[in-house]
Amino acid sequence: MTFRNEVSIVLSGEAGQGIQSIESMLIAFAKRASYHAFATKEYMSRVRGGCNSTEIRIAHGRVATRVGRIDILVPLTRESIPHLRERIGDATVVIGEKAVVGYERMIDVPFAAIASEVGSAVYSNTVAVGSLCALLKIDREGCVDGVRGFFAKKGAEIQEKNVQAFRRGYERGVDLLPGVAIDIAPDPSVAGEIMLTGADAIALGAVAGGCNFVCAYPMSPGTTVLTAMAELSRRFDLVVEQVEDEIGVANMAIGAWYAGARALVTTSGGGFALMSEAVSLSGAVETPLVVHVAQRPGPATGLPTRTEQGDLNLAIHAGHGDFLRVVLAPGDLEEGYQLARTAFDIADRYQSPVFILSDQYYVDSYYTTPPFEIADGPAVNHVVRTPADYRRYRLGSPDGLSPRGIPGMGDGIVCVDSDEHDEGGYISEDRAMREAMVAKRLAKIAAVRRDIIPPRLHGASRYGILLMGWGSIKMPVLGALAALGRPEIAYLHFPWVYPFPPGVSGYMEAASLCVAIEGNATGQFADLVEFETGKRLDHRILKCDGSQFTVEELAEKISALA
Amino acid sequence: MAENRFDFDGKPDIAWCPGCGDFSIRQALLSALEELGIERGKLVMVSGIGQAAKMPQYVNSSFFNGLHGRALPVAIAVKAVAPDLTVIAEGGDGDMYGEGGNHFLHAARRNPNVKLFVHDNMVYGLTKGQAAPTSREGMRTPVQVDGVISAPLNPVALAIAMNVGFVARAFSGDVEGTKAIMKRAILHEGFALVDIFQPCVSFNRQNTFQWFKANTRALEPEYRADDRAAAFSRALEEEPFPLGLLYESGGRPVFEDRLSVYREDKRPLRERRHDMSMLRAVMLERRIP
Repeated sequence: MTFRNEVSIVLSGEAGQGIQSIESMLIAFAKRASYHAFATKEYMSRVRGGCNSTEIRIAHGRVATRVGRIDILVPLTRESIPHLRERIGDATVVIGEKAVVGYERMIDVPFAAIASEVGSAVYSNTVAVGSLCALLKIDREGCVDGVRGFFAKKGAEIQEKNVQAFRRGYERGVDLLPGVAIDIAPDPSVAGEIMLTGADAIALGAVAGGCNFVCAYPMSPGTTVLTAMAELSRRFDLVVEQVEDEIGVANMAIGAWYAGARALVTTSGGGFALMSEAVSLSGAVETPLVVHVAQRPGPATGLPTRTEQGDLNLAIHAGHGDFLRVVLAPGDLEEGYQLARTAFDIADRYQSPVFILSDQYYVDSYYTTPPFEIADGPAVNHVVRTPADYRRYRLGSPDGLSPRGIPGMGDGIVCVDSDEHDEGGYISEDRAMREAMVAKRLAKIAAVRRDIIPPRLHGASRYGILLMGWGSIKMPVLGALAALGRPEIAYLHFPWVYPFPPGVSGYMEAASLCVAIEGNATGQFADLVEFETGKRLDHRILKCDGSQFTVEELAEKISALA
Repeated sequence: MAENRFDFDGKPDIAWCPGCGDFSIRQALLSALEELGIERGKLVMVSGIGQAAKMPQYVNSSFFNGLHGRALPVAIAVKAVAPDLTVIAEGGDGDMYGEGGNHFLHAARRNPNVKLFVHDNMVYGLTKGQAAPTSREGMRTPVQVDGVISAPLNPVALAIAMNVGFVARAFSGDVEGTKAIMKRAILHEGFALVDIFQPCVSFNRQNTFQWFKANTRALEPEYRADDRAAAFSRALEEEPFPLGLLYESGGRPVFEDRLSVYREDKRPLRERRHDMSMLRAVMLERRIP
């Protein structure tokens, strides 16, 4: 079997069997050898047992999305074969312990037995890494250095045993080379690139946006950003607090903004649902709020560890009453960084809630990418020093914005009330004041339009078929378009979803066929497009099985359109 | 000019019923703040929703009057972000012990330097007379038509069980005593609960001013508040309920003092900015696997 330019490797096993350590080493060594790499995982909502898998793509060029095809499969358990059956093809090379996995067509490499020769079956994962590195033709001695580094903290003996295990595995891999030829040229530019998850990109972007307060209640997959921020709190002035419940989380974040911090909340659909009243509070007291929602399939607990884009309607409609909210959705790592930064700036300037909608696929996947462009100056804090006669909700500005003071900075006092209030923040049921305050809040919805990030067209400016999508669907769609090579198909990507960007009708009118693609059951984004543009979409390509589209799957569905 | 820096020049339009215990609590609060010399610009009153939770509206300082039950998360955040501010969370029994009960438990665990003043009138006022978490068993209301069947929550015993470092009970009928306890609470380093008995003249015909007079008694002058087990035992006393400082202990570290951001730098977060060259360096660390 020969694989040119790229290879898709899938590791599969029970939770706790060590897929993670094989993945970490393999990716590290591949990147060191100047290959581009991509990894994504799917896992069950259990801490032990079950059957999980990690897909790793190693390539000459950038790879930023999953494929369905498995070139090399390393099953660690009997369950792996049925679990992945539909992705195992005639060309799939299956490598592993036949005695354990019991699959007839596999190449038997007894990882545990080889590891036992070194001293213990504990080292079998390192044996597997050795075999895979040999197949990838990654320089052996470079990897050995890497193995030493990997186990540096475990003591000299364990370090050496792992090196021996790696060498044995590598030798065994070399034996397989005549049958399995992987031919991928390195790309020297990889050396300057960074590799990180979607969660990391959002966390770095939040810090760039001046985030200095993070609170959350743990919930998969939103916790990924909480963990990333906790790690960053060792390097930056950053309060990280795990709160008793999501209601407390959102209120705490609003309180932090009120007192001069720039707070981030991270959660998933169920947790976000609990925050709805606080979202409305943010709108009423005109105090910023940034919420990252890593979507997972609902309703209710749904599929806790899997992916979906099913919370767009929730984000657009969360909270009672009329007020501005902004919904952003990153499609790749760079966008995650930039949009997280933007979220803080928009929330601050418009004194309103901003939601970043990612999903499990987005936050857990990672790949090589050029370093992000980091602005020189820190984020601007749009707060004012209060004069003695300061009134928080001063009327009169056409954009509805009144300068935001914070307590303790200036000579004034800062009074905010969730009841309808007057300019000073005091409760008022005066009808004229009510209308003036409603108008003030609505003016911000109109004003934010000047800052909307327009959708971006990928592909030729003259197209027949227009695909439209948001968030993490971007890279699968671009992957499918690259695979199809049909220049008459273009993709319009929306990093800013709500308030809906102007000018979309024009894009749609230029196409003979308009299609929305998204990861939910009904087409929530498609509904929004139709509502906002008054135009009908011709098709909706949807998916709600808990996994992201593969390139092949999407290419097939797009091909079937016309 | 008003005599008290936290009062208003004109008379505020107060939404409480004539004769409500809230007026006395307000008087005690304003005097306590004035006598402690709290800087007007450095006080933040935080509240949820209810008649008692309107208190910040009637104090001439910064305030955050947020959602029902959610005063404590806001107050904790304000103090964590700006430790130079004095932060008081104030509201009623339904607000703090009912809707906000979970936050109360976890605030006690954190021990922020936030003061919690709870108006305890054993009834819901703003919603017109339903049972509160502190309502006595058997009290008939338009909703609990055969009388309350759940046991009342004992906030002071609960607070001592949670090792809150300052736990007191006051009575709005004693303005001087309430003020004195509020002052001690504000000076305490850490989370402090003052549960303040207060008659609701409109909706609680059972626990009246006379009832509170007859069913409370001051802790003895020789009572020492530093023994937690003894304090817990006194906190369980009912009818008469003991009034005064039940428990005080300064032993627990304060939440915001333990946050890493204040380990070397005491400035509030509003005065700080991130170092973008550090961000660039952190990002570039991702180059080396």
